[in-house]
Amino acid sequence: MITEQVQTEAKPVVNKTQALVWLRQMMLIRRFEERAEMLYQKGGKIGGFFHQYSGQEPVAVASIGVLREDDYVITAYRDHGHALARGMTARAGMAELLGKVTGCSKGKGGSMHFFDAEKGFLGGHAIVGSHIALAAGVAFASKYRGEDRVCICYMGDGAINQGSVHETLNMAALWKLPVIYVVENNLYAMGTSLARSSSVLDLTVRCAVPYGIPGHQINGNDVELMARTTREAANRARAGEGPTFIEAQTYRYKGHSISDPGKYRQKEELDEAIRHDPILVYENILKERGWIDQEAIDRMREGVKEEIEESIEFAEASEQPPLEALYEDITVAPFIPQE
Amino acid sequence: MPVLTFREALNQAMTEEMERDDRVFLMGEEVAQYDGAYKVSQGMLKKFGPSRIIDTPISEGGFAGIGIGAAMVGLRPIVEFMTFSFSLVAIDQIVNNAANMRYMSGGQFAVPIVFRGSSGMAGCLAATHSHRLEAWYAQIPGLTVVLPGTPADAKGLLKSAIRSDDPVVFIEHEVLYHEKGEVPEGEHVVPIGKADIKREGSDVTLITYSRSLKATLAAAEKLAEEGIDAEVVDIRTIRPLDLDTLLTSIGKTHRGVIVEEDWPYCGLGAGIADRITQAAFDELDAPIRRVAAKDAPIPYNRTLEASMLPSVDRVVAAVKDVMYV
Ligand SMILES: Cc1ncc(C[n+]2csc(CCOP(=O)(O)OP(=O)(O)O)c2C)c(N)n1
Ligand SMILES: [Mg+2]
Repeated sequence: MITEQVQTEAKPVVNKTQALVWLRQMMLIRRFEERAEMLYQKGGKIGGFFHQYSGQEPVAVASIGVLREDDYVITAYRDHGHALARGMTARAGMAELLGKVTGCSKGKGGSMHFFDAEKGFLGGHAIVGSHIALAAGVAFASKYRGEDRVCICYMGDGAINQGSVHETLNMAALWKLPVIYVVENNLYAMGTSLARSSSVLDLTVRCAVPYGIPGHQINGNDVELMARTTREAANRARAGEGPTFIEAQTYRYKGHSISDPGKYRQKEELDEAIRHDPILVYENILKERGWIDQEAIDRMREGVKEEIEESIEFAEASEQPPLEALYEDITVAPFIPQE
Repeated sequence: MPVLTFREALNQAMTEEMERDDRVFLMGEEVAQYDGAYKVSQGMLKKFGPSRIIDTPISEGGFAGIGIGAAMVGLRPIVEFMTFSFSLVAIDQIVNNAANMRYMSGGQFAVPIVFRGSSGMAGCLAATHSHRLEAWYAQIPGLTVVLPGTPADAKGLLKSAIRSDDPVVFIEHEVLYHEKGEVPEGEHVVPIGKADIKREGSDVTLITYSRSLKATLAAAEKLAEEGIDAEVVDIRTIRPLDLDTLLTSIGKTHRGVIVEEDWPYCGLGAGIADRITQAAFDELDAPIRRVAAKDAPIPYNRTLEASMLPSVDRVVAAVKDVMYV
């Protein structure tokens, strides 16, 4: 187990262009969800379960940011951030939330089931723990074909309590599959704190050590540490050395879902996290490096706002799926309803 | 009589049974400190403490099995699935262990356990979170399957389920939790395996359960305006089925429509229609019609989802079909 709680070092692990892309992506995710929340609350344009990623943006952005375009990404239901970080357009995401045909899953999936095959984004999975094995399967296919593409798979701290997660970790290690498992430890699974759900608090002890997988427990909200750790994991995977497990420590700002007031945590805890908001922290780091100034940050934020407003206009103007769509995309072969 | 919500009625049933019998305990995700994901167990941790109201990690397969093991040696667990969609992760335990234990052991072990939780299409929850699994569980000999449709039945049937010496799959519907109704105080026990006639009528028998009861009763009112007098039978227990009540009603009306939110093919309605037809073919003046969910996964889009449900209009149309009007 390698514990690293350090702040981003003076020596950058990325160049300026890349860093600015990441900063903008984090702003985009934040704004996407702020506006989507308003659409949910006012007028009920969005429905169902809606889980926000606010506060956790660096984990997705900096890890997906060091992967290749032909790698694969898969995650749980808290998926807006990963999808946008992978390059899904805000339009496709917003339209999905509004249930429109132009949405990334044609209005069939909603918030929890974002998909974008073109970007190698394999979902959006809403049954806790069920996609962990899928990730190993995707990595298996890469290895089977003799490719060096890797699969990165995100899950919550609560998900590691599903039995199939441990079945899969063993096989991934046994078969040296090119997969990177990232547990986004935001300290809570719904209202249950880690201390009340896990027999051991160091998640590498539960998920990495038993299987002989290298485990890293890091501050996932440290953009460049997250990037560096993922890059090492990807290199290992491409070299045929097998999986890596990363416990990325982070914090969610909102309730578990939009209907959760989050009363189980102290206000001070949340305030403290927001005081170290990872987007602001990264802005300051980049300013110190002289890579951006406040004026450019403000311009960037304005641009993000416009992009999100435009995505809402697009989503609102898009068509509802026709009633016949109910029977479309169920099977590859023509679907024959058994009614 | 006091008016309670469906969730309060369930809470009252569990509370009273836990006061009566200290072998009964409640276990599941968020049931204790969070007061239940749908607030069904509100206040129970405070009342009974953490040794009887037990929060679990997200490990359905594990805690379902722990419940079954505890039941084999004499405790009477209530295992809550946050929703029955998540019971799929634990279905091996329910089907292989809970349902078979009595039989495999030649009658030596009983499994007095209740698996309960919400289910159904509750609004934009999409394919993974909208399952109706009653037909799956009803197929298994060894399980009792109960789906209440009113707060009074919720209380009375849950008390019976907790007192049952056999494993009970007790499926609630998420959209019913806030429904209100009169609920008798104290010892109100509704027997398992008894259907209930929720509306008397003479022209056609509408057979339904759980959330679909509401649309079915509304359809009956609409039909009454058109001079068609429908009887509405709430089956309440899916396994074992109260065939007698259904046959008596069919003997009176000679026509039947089954209304269910589950999928149609190989579904619950198919099994019920078959049993009625086998027993009373000569009584029927028309084939039994079924109004079920459409044969598709559940979409996120609100309008598409609504189009899948057994609506009042679909029920009315099916009744006219069997009445040849
Ligand atoms: C098998 C299963 N059980 C329960 C749930 C309900 N549920 C959804 S998310 C969640 C908490 C998950 O917490 P965690 O894994 O820490 O992820 P986070 O929400 O913090 O991102 C629960 C209990 C589910 N979706 N699937
Ligand atoms: Mg969590």
